[in-house]
Amino acid sequence: WASDVATFTAKQEYKGHKIDDLPSGTAEFTKEEAWKYFKDMSVIRRMETTAGELYRSKYIRGFCHLYSGQEAVCVGMMAGMKPEDSFITAYRCHGWAYCHGYSVKQILAELFGNSAGASQGLGGSMHFYGDKFYGGNGIVGAQVPVGAGVALAHQYANDNGVCFTMYGDGAANQGQVFEAYNMAKLWNLPCVFVCENNKYGMGTSASRAAASVDYYTRGDYVPGIWVDGMDIVAVREATKWASEYASKNGPLVMEVETYRYHGHSMSDPDTTYRTRDDIKKVRTTFDPILLFRNHMVEAGFATEDELKAAEKEIRASVKAEADEALAAPPTSQDLLTKFIHIEETNNVRGCDLYTVYNQK
Amino acid sequence: QTVAVRDALNAAMDEMMKKDDKVIVMGEEVGQYHGAYKVTRGLLEKYGEKRVIDTPITEMGFGGLAVGAGLGGLRPVCEFMTFNFAMQAIDHIVNSAAKAHYMSSGIMKCPIVFRGPNGMSTGVAAQHSQCFAAWYSSCPGLKVVAPWSSEDCKGLLKAAIADPNPVVCLENELMYGQEFEMSDEALAEDFILPIGKAKIEREGTDVTLVAHSIAVGFAVEAAKELENEGISCEVVNLRTLRPLDTETIINSVKKTNRLVTVEGGWPQCGIGSEICAVVMESEAFDHLDAPVHRVTGADVPTPYAKNLEDLVFPNASNVVRTVKGMLNL
Repeated sequence: WASDVATFTAKQEYKGHKIDDLPSGTAEFTKEEAWKYFKDMSVIRRMETTAGELYRSKYIRGFCHLYSGQEAVCVGMMAGMKPEDSFITAYRCHGWAYCHGYSVKQILAELFGNSAGASQGLGGSMHFYGDKFYGGNGIVGAQVPVGAGVALAHQYANDNGVCFTMYGDGAANQGQVFEAYNMAKLWNLPCVFVCENNKYGMGTSASRAAASVDYYTRGDYVPGIWVDGMDIVAVREATKWASEYASKNGPLVMEVETYRYHGHSMSDPDTTYRTRDDIKKVRTTFDPILLFRNHMVEAGFATEDELKAAEKEIRASVKAEADEALAAPPTSQDLLTKFIHIEETNNVRGCDLYTVYNQK
Repeated sequence: QTVAVRDALNAAMDEMMKKDDKVIVMGEEVGQYHGAYKVTRGLLEKYGEKRVIDTPITEMGFGGLAVGAGLGGLRPVCEFMTFNFAMQAIDHIVNSAAKAHYMSSGIMKCPIVFRGPNGMSTGVAAQHSQCFAAWYSSCPGLKVVAPWSSEDCKGLLKAAIADPNPVVCLENELMYGQEFEMSDEALAEDFILPIGKAKIEREGTDVTLVAHSIAVGFAVEAAKELENEGISCEVVNLRTLRPLDTETIINSVKKTNRLVTVEGGWPQCGIGSEICAVVMESEAFDHLDAPVHRVTGADVPTPYAKNLEDLVFPNASNVVRTVKGMLNL
């Protein structure tokens, strides 16, 4: 009889900046939790692979930034947040949308731009939102002060909530990030600034864009913590700790070092700034799903066969949801002008004098 | 009773803060300093530091932060010391605030007011003296008000704060000290104006003058002068630039058959250009007895030297000359 609870320890130790008591990195995981994390990460991986294929088949338009490789970050962080916490991220948000509770069908339908999409086809790949989920922002770095503002609203409401504010290593060099650090520390806002360092801002490696790649130290007077973002054990425990920390003490910078397997977006052939071997090495040695699978097998939570069977099932369900999403009806033309303002907007001009929407 | 524009704006914020504790005011120097132009005077003392927040001089940061606070359930009034500095935050006004409701198909709501002085000022040269009315009013998702009188300021700023959408309130520095007669009705605490409705400041029959913000004063002054020469001008105070009250403009043109637009901003792609297009595309065109004429700021960056600065901002004499020219007088 295998136990239903096991103790896992983060593979790499946390590093701290202006902080003494770091989280332990050792925690109990139940079999149920472990299976959920494994499945969530695998669904996201499969969903992104599917999105890539459908992009190449021209079912998806415009920008499409895939999250493959970074799954332990969103799944681990969502597992570590308190129910009253909120979050905001950038344009690489499919995984976050899934963790928030949108189905694969709703996410892919949004990428297809049809009525079944989480934003009914009005937002697209970069614009998912929900309760306590503030996007999905397509402007590099813009979500950072916005997240600090959400934290201000938490502080004002005194609801114990923390806003987890995600940005990439590229955005970490934006001036407004430092403006947000400053105000957050000045006013002790319950904000965790999460730098998802996936090593590349588009095609520029972190070290070619940043004078310091120790992103967890770049808040200067804001304490920081470095977290192995390929290890969901480390991510979940750090997030739990960060949530408590920020509720009590104010802002924190949390660098989560991870890796993206695909190009920056679908228009990036990913051939000039790193090699296939670089990517392969990470996939075979540091892959977050692979690492967690090993934990599960070692703990007796699952056998290799069970995991393989689950992956097969996920493949089939993602395929089925993709098909459903593809079959969903187009976004109604009524929505063209429905959400310009909160109330209905009348007499909206179309592209010519003879086309007026909601004519009164 | 006469009330200065700055006090009317102050009353608007005070009354709305009293009514709803979700209303907060933030910006540079809005608290202890009482506002760079003293528009927020007394609010800190009344409502405390939690609701009247002095920010660092970092527009992009606090502009975005105010948007986040709005999305998070508050009703921020974000003061920019001037709209010249709001350019550093325009991404948050246009991209973070104005589009959130649309892109999320209604999930996100951002009740926020961006306010501060806009347009012509004196003696401060090109970076600190320019009008952004055309910029903001071109953006779907925003509402834009541009008050002139004290009544406008109180009624429109209250409406802006009460509105569930992002609203830009374009004030004018040169107007803050100007006193206007306010009726008992306008002084009352429940006074509010509708967004999207223009006001006919002065009825007339020969020519319509359409203006907003400080330029309404030029139009009114010109109308008085022209009256002495037997020319009757109807002055339309736009009050709101988006949504534009095209109905009032069109009806007035149908009555007077002539239209002159008056604004402090640049001519190219300006509010006047837009009104020309509105008239051209409506039945009002058939009622025109002359082409529409525009009075605008000159098409140059604002110079510092007084004698040159005098040449770039319009005044009543430009309006008088234009109306007379139109009438071949």
